[in-house]
Amino acid sequence: MPGPVAVRLTINGTPREGRCEPRKLLVDFLREDLGLTGTHVGCEHGICGACTILVNGEAARSCIMLAVQAEGSEIVTVEGLARDGRLHPLQEAFREHHGLQCGFCTPGMLLAALDFLRMHPDPTESQIREGLSAVLCRCTGYQGIVNAVKAAAPVLRGGEHRP
Amino acid sequence: MIGARLPRREDARFLTGQGQYVADLARAGTLHAAFLRSAHAHASILRLDVTRARQAAGVVGCFTAADLAGRVRPLVAPSRMKTYRPTRFPVLAEGRVRHVGEAMAVVVAESRYAAEDALDLIEVEYAPLPVIADLTEALAPSAPLVHPAAGSNALVTRTFSQGDAAEALAGAGCVVRDRFRFHRHAGITMENRACLAEHRPTEGLLTLWTSTQVPGIVRDALAEVLDVPAHRIRVVAPDVGGGFGIKTVVYPEEVAVCALAMALGRPVTWVSDRREDLLSSTQAWDELIDAQLGVGADGAILGLSARVLADIGAYSIYPWTASIEVIQVVSFLPGPYRVPHYHAEALGVATNKAPMGPYRGVGRPVSVFVMEALLDRAARALDMDPVEIRRRNLIRPEELPYRSPSGIVWDSGAFHESLARACDAADYEALRAEQSRARAAGRHLGIGLAAYVELTGVGSAIPVSPGADIATGTEGATIRVDSDGGVTAIFGLASHGQGHETSLAQVVAAELGVRMDDVRVVHGDTALSPHGTGTYASRSAVLGGGAAILAARSIRDKALTIAAHQFEVAPADLELADGVIRVRGVPDRSISLAQIAAAAYAGGKRLPRGLEPGLEATRFYDPYFGTASSATHLALVEVDPATCAISVLRYLVVEDCGRLINPLIVEGQAIGGVVQGIGAALLEELVYAEDGQLLSGSLMDYLVPTAAEVPTVEVLHVEIPSPTTLGGFKGVGEGGTIGAPAAIANAVADALAPLGVTITELPVTGERLFRLLANARRSIAPRPT
Repeated sequence: MPGPVAVRLTINGTPREGRCEPRKLLVDFLREDLGLTGTHVGCEHGICGACTILVNGEAARSCIMLAVQAEGSEIVTVEGLARDGRLHPLQEAFREHHGLQCGFCTPGMLLAALDFLRMHPDPTESQIREGLSAVLCRCTGYQGIVNAVKAAAPVLRGGEHRP
Repeated sequence: MIGARLPRREDARFLTGQGQYVADLARAGTLHAAFLRSAHAHASILRLDVTRARQAAGVVGCFTAADLAGRVRPLVAPSRMKTYRPTRFPVLAEGRVRHVGEAMAVVVAESRYAAEDALDLIEVEYAPLPVIADLTEALAPSAPLVHPAAGSNALVTRTFSQGDAAEALAGAGCVVRDRFRFHRHAGITMENRACLAEHRPTEGLLTLWTSTQVPGIVRDALAEVLDVPAHRIRVVAPDVGGGFGIKTVVYPEEVAVCALAMALGRPVTWVSDRREDLLSSTQAWDELIDAQLGVGADGAILGLSARVLADIGAYSIYPWTASIEVIQVVSFLPGPYRVPHYHAEALGVATNKAPMGPYRGVGRPVSVFVMEALLDRAARALDMDPVEIRRRNLIRPEELPYRSPSGIVWDSGAFHESLARACDAADYEALRAEQSRARAAGRHLGIGLAAYVELTGVGSAIPVSPGADIATGTEGATIRVDSDGGVTAIFGLASHGQGHETSLAQVVAAELGVRMDDVRVVHGDTALSPHGTGTYASRSAVLGGGAAILAARSIRDKALTIAAHQFEVAPADLELADGVIRVRGVPDRSISLAQIAAAAYAGGKRLPRGLEPGLEATRFYDPYFGTASSATHLALVEVDPATCAISVLRYLVVEDCGRLINPLIVEGQAIGGVVQGIGAALLEELVYAEDGQLLSGSLMDYLVPTAAEVPTVEVLHVEIPSPTTLGGFKGVGEGGTIGAPAAIANAVADALAPLGVTITELPVTGERLFRLLANARRSIAPRPT
C-alpha cells in the first residue's frame, strides 16, 4: 500500500491541507481528515448524490472522486453556505418551503441546486425536477425542494450571491 | 399554536451541515468494524479461517460466532400467537448461512479501509444447500427447511372470519376474483444503518449511539442478549437520516458492536454501505394474494375472502416477529367499507432472503391495492362508476364507531366526505370527459381512486405487531420548568425526520401556556427520557402528544396552585398564558412562570403548606385502542403503450389525521409518503435470482423515484378530531404510502382498460407493462396463419 501523500486544497475559502492514502475517497478525506461532516455518504457509487459538493464551481460527487484528484482545487461544502450566522437565501428557502425532513440528503441537495441555479437562473418547474434528479431524497417527495429552488431563483438572480 | 404552519427548528442544523448522525460522532480511539457477509443464500459453513485477517495491518480483532460465544445471545422474537414458530437469529452465522448478505464474521480495525482490506483475507469454504428463493416453493413437501428446529417453513398463520363468506360469495350476483402480487421492496433510508458503541466499565455503562427509530426497544433487547442490566445501558438515537420502519428492528450489527466494544475496551463503530443495506436491512411486502369479492346488482358488498402468502425471508425479526406484515394485510383488507361476511387467511413462510420487516404502511399498502382493485373490477362488471361503487359501500358517519370484520374499531372518520371532496377538487366529471377526448385521440389516460382507513396511535389494547410480546401502547413525557422559566420536554420518542422538536414543542407550549421559544424538546436518549419505545406505527403525535398534554397539565396545575397561594385566590381564578400567570379580570396582578418555578424550588413559605417542591412532571399516556386515520387518493396517469412510460399527471390526497398540530409537517408526511407509494407502484423492486442472489443490489438497479418522475401532490385536510385521543390527534406518517400504490395501479388499469389490460402485479415496471401489453395484443389479435 503506497504511503500517505499530502493533499492541499481550498475549502469554503480557506486553504486546508491533509495527508491521506492515495486511495482515500474525497468525501472520507473531508469528513475524517478535515472534520467537515456536513457532507454525507449515502451510496458510495455515485447515484444518490448525498455527497455532492462544488469542485471549482461545479457540482461533483465526492464519493467517486479521490482526495488526491482534488489537489489544488477550490471546494465548497455545505458548511460554506451560511455566512456570519445568516443562512444563504437557498437555505432560507428550503426552511420556508419544508424542503427537508431527515436532513441527510440536504447538504448534497443544496449544492446540486446551487450548481443548477448557476446554469439555469430562471428555471421552469420541469427543468428544476430534471436538474435535481441527480440527488435522491426519500422523505419530502421533492415538492418542498422544488418549491424552495423556484422561490430562491429570483433572489439569487437579483443579488450578489455566493459562492 | 396548535394548528400553526411553523417552519421547523430542526432545519437550521441540517441546512448548515451541523446535523449529528452516527457517522459524525467521532469518539477518541474509535475502531471500525466491517462484516464478512455470506456469498450464498443457503449453505453450511465448512471452514471459516480468520488467521490471516487477524494479522493484517491495522487490524485489532477478528471475530466469528465462536469468538462471540458466551458474550451474546441470538435475537429471538417471542410471540403470544400459538401458531407462531420463532427463529434463532444469531449475531454472526453459526455454522450455516440462510441468506446472501448474512453476517458471518467481523473485522475490527483502526479504519474502515483497513477493516475491509482484511475481509478479503478471511478464508471461507461453503457447502451449498438447496435454496428457497420463491415463496410458493417454501411449502412444497420436498422443500428444505430454512430452520430445521422450527419444523416447518410456515412460521406464522392466522385466520379472520366474520359471518359466512363462502355462502355470501356463492349467492352474490357478481363475483370478481384474481391473484395479486406485490413484489419485494426496500426502505432505502438515505442514511444507511450505523451504530457506535462505547463501554466504560469503571462507570458500569455501555452506550450505543445507533441510527434507530426505537432506542427504548434497542436498550431492552441489548440488556437481554448481552446480559447487562438495562439501567447500565444507554441507547441514543442522534440525528437519524430516515427510518420508514426499517430502523424499528433490532439488528445483529447493533448487538455486535456492543459486544466488540466490551471485548476490546475501545469504542467500535459500524457504518453500513449501500450494498450492505440492500443485502441486510429488513425488506417489505413480497406477498401473493388470492382474493374474491362478491357484490349485489346494486354494487353493495356481500362478501370478501382472501388468502395471503408472504415471504418473510430467513428470520423472524426482533421484536415484531414474522407476523408484522402478513397478518396486517388480512387485518385491514376490508378497508373503510361495510363487509358483512369476511374470511381471510394469512401465512408467512421462511425463504432464503433477507428478513422481512415493517415498512411504511405495513400490510396496508398491499391490502388497499387488492381491495381497491377488486372494487374497480366489480364496478366495471356492473357498468358502474368507480366513485359510485365506493359511495355505496363506504361506512357512513352515523355508523361510527364501527367494528371491522377483523375486530378493529374505527372511532371516527369522514370517508364519504373525503371521497366527495377529492372528486370536487379534481373535478372528476371533467377528468372523465378529458379521458374520453384523449381516448378518441388515441391517448391512454386513466383515473385511479383509493380509499383507506388505518389504525394509528395504537394503545395497549392491541399489539402493534400481532402477537409480538412487547409493550407498544404507552409512551411517557417529562416536562421540567427551570427556575428561569425555561421548559424542557423529554420524550422516549425518536424523531427521524418528523420534526418532533417543533410539533411537540407546539403541543407543550399550547397546553402549558408558554411561548414556543421557551420550550426545548429532547428525544431519542434512554438515559434522559422516561420509559418509552420510539417512533413508529404513526404513533408519536398521538402518544407523545398525549403524554405531553398530561405532563403539561400537571405542571400547569401545580404552578397555578403555587400562584394561588401567593395571590391568596383560588387556582380557578388564575390563567397562564405566554409564561405569565394572571388573576382573571385583574390585569395588574400577575406573576411569571419563572418566578413560580423559582418559588417551587426555593420552598418555604412561598409554597402552600405540604406541597412538594419542584416543578417537574413525568406522565405516561395510553390511548388504549388507538384512532382511525383515513384518506381518499386520486391519481391521473397517462400511459404510452409505445414506450411503456407511465406519467403521473395529477395526484390528490384528501386526508383526515384529526386535529392538525403543524400543517406544514403533516403535508410533508403525506407528500413524502405518496412519493414512496408511487415508487412502490412503478419502480421499486428487490429482485432475487433463483439461487437467492440479490440482482438489484445497488441504486442503479433498485430505482427510487427522483424529482423528475413524480408530480406535485395536492393535499387537502378533512379535520375530524379524534374522539378517543387526548388532543384529538391522529397519526399521519404512513398514510401516503398506504393509498398511493392502489391509486396508481387503478389509474394504470383504467388507462389500459380498452386494451384489455388489468393490473394484478406491482410494481408495474416498464418491462412488466411491455409484457402485459404484448399478452393483451396476442389475446385480442387473431393469430397469423
